[in-house]
Amino acid sequence: MTTMTTAAARRPVRWGRLAVHLGCLAALLVMLYPLAWLLATSLKPANEVIASLNLLPGHLEWSNYKTAFEGVNDVSIWRLLGNSLLIAGGAVVGNVISCSLAAYAFARLRFTMRGPLFAFMIATIMLPHHAVLIPQYIIFNKLGLVNTYWPLILPKFLATEAFFVFLIVQFMRGLPRELEEAARIDGCGPFRSFYKVILPLTRPALITTAIFTFIWTWNDFFTQLIYLFDPDKFTLTLALRSFVDASSQSAFGPMFAMSVIALLPIVLFFLAFQRFLVEGMASSGLKG
Amino acid sequence: MTTTDIPAPAPGMARPAPAPKRRPRRERQGAAWVFLSPWVLGAIVLTLLPMAVSLYLSFTDYDLFNPPHWVGLRNYVQMFTEDPRYWRSVLTTLTYVVIAVPLQLALALVVALALKNMRRGKGFYRSAFYAPSLLGASMSVALVWRALFNDGGTVDHLLGNGGWINKPGWSLLAVALLTVWQFGAPMVIFLAGLQQIPGELYEAAAVDGAGKWRQFVSVTVPMLSPVLFFNLVLQTIQAFQVFTPAFAVSAGKGGPADSTLVYTLYLYDRGFVASHMGYASAMAWVLLVVIGAVTAVLFRTSRSWVFYASEGDR
Repeated sequence: MTTMTTAAARRPVRWGRLAVHLGCLAALLVMLYPLAWLLATSLKPANEVIASLNLLPGHLEWSNYKTAFEGVNDVSIWRLLGNSLLIAGGAVVGNVISCSLAAYAFARLRFTMRGPLFAFMIATIMLPHHAVLIPQYIIFNKLGLVNTYWPLILPKFLATEAFFVFLIVQFMRGLPRELEEAARIDGCGPFRSFYKVILPLTRPALITTAIFTFIWTWNDFFTQLIYLFDPDKFTLTLALRSFVDASSQSAFGPMFAMSVIALLPIVLFFLAFQRFLVEGMASSGLKG
Repeated sequence: MTTTDIPAPAPGMARPAPAPKRRPRRERQGAAWVFLSPWVLGAIVLTLLPMAVSLYLSFTDYDLFNPPHWVGLRNYVQMFTEDPRYWRSVLTTLTYVVIAVPLQLALALVVALALKNMRRGKGFYRSAFYAPSLLGASMSVALVWRALFNDGGTVDHLLGNGGWINKPGWSLLAVALLTVWQFGAPMVIFLAGLQQIPGELYEAAAVDGAGKWRQFVSVTVPMLSPVLFFNLVLQTIQAFQVFTPAFAVSAGKGGPADSTLVYTLYLYDRGFVASHMGYASAMAWVLLVVIGAVTAVLFRTSRSWVFYASEGDR
């Protein structure tokens, strides 16, 4: 009797839930279609690409990947991949170090003008990149650093991505002050207590910083486009760009094979850290 | 900053923690400036100085090779009165913002509401819907978009109108849909916001006889309004700076018929292709002022519709 009533009471809820699941799955199919299409097209022979709506290739054209691995403009894909990794890696190191240093000062230390400087730092989060782009370009041009990686990496060592400073500040504020009090009593100055006490506890925020810095730098196009000219120095993104001008659809297979390779590092990052990423992103957004 | 979606702080939280009352000690001050030094250097050399230089250059003619030549307001006058492509780019960008941002946020909210009370599979859906936000800013996906919406692409096969990106009336919609596709980032923030609404509020509303819809209007919407506001500001600011997809679908030209000539693409064209750095600087400053003004307007209107629970019933 009891079981029957509960079952009856639950039934409408269950149907509703099923509908939600079906809706979500349908949305997911549409959402993931472009990615499935990318993967399928990277394996299609040239004549199949636009001939039909069929997602699955008639036969697998692995040579697309072979062509992609030969690279673009006589630069091998390993070179392009290495260049991309160098820039993204440099940016990660720079952001993690410089942003955590600045964040510690804002979160824990006292100094004159702290309030106004903090407000200024927050304001720069909203500053459009273009407002500083041209003079930055001129400065790096005067220094002879255009067509090198310095303009892409150096700013990260100067905490210019204020968003991450803010993210780490918010995290550090959640750490109990007693930790540093204890460290101080044990004779730690601000530098030791930062390095030995605060930094290890800030690890989740630092990992979030590292992941987003990696992905954003990896995907970045505009900055690379204006600073790098030499095909030798090109990144995967810039190499893909040279396909943009070529409208011939015969290059579709290799182009999308290279696109897949360019997305792989992000996908690997995502799979490895996805739980952490989404959690970190939600909490960084809302916990005060 | 890139055009990717950013996880970010809710409004009203951007204040420094109250400073402890003890008087600052000298050695601590010194230490603070050591910690701050990279940021201070960056703020001066890479932010403040460039902003000032950019303002100066906007009153000059400058091609990178010859010294800047003062022309007063000519760049601005030319921009506003003699350059139809400039107005075209303004109109294109505004159209893009007005289409992409509301659609993206509406979708994000609907999906977040659907996932909110889900018992199984929530984590899976959340990650799966979020994935495009990580990949969407890449050149790879922009190229996929170009192919999907091109003549002979999937959209052409489905709708049979010859694809969108060659049609001036449709090409911008293809770019906007790429932004909508990345609704996962605001969705995750909505979802976190929804989960912070105390269950008692819904129970109290139910006791008072409120149905599902009434609960949504009277509990969910006001409690979620700070998060909605935050997403709106963030996505609007980002949408004004869209670049990569417009570049990819038009091979960097903003075509067909300038229909995808978004503001930053035209700025790039003036500054880095045509070498009119003065003109491009003027464009950058107008963009800065417009984004500032739009943000200010959003903040001003927010007083009437954003509800902060901590303020009580003011």
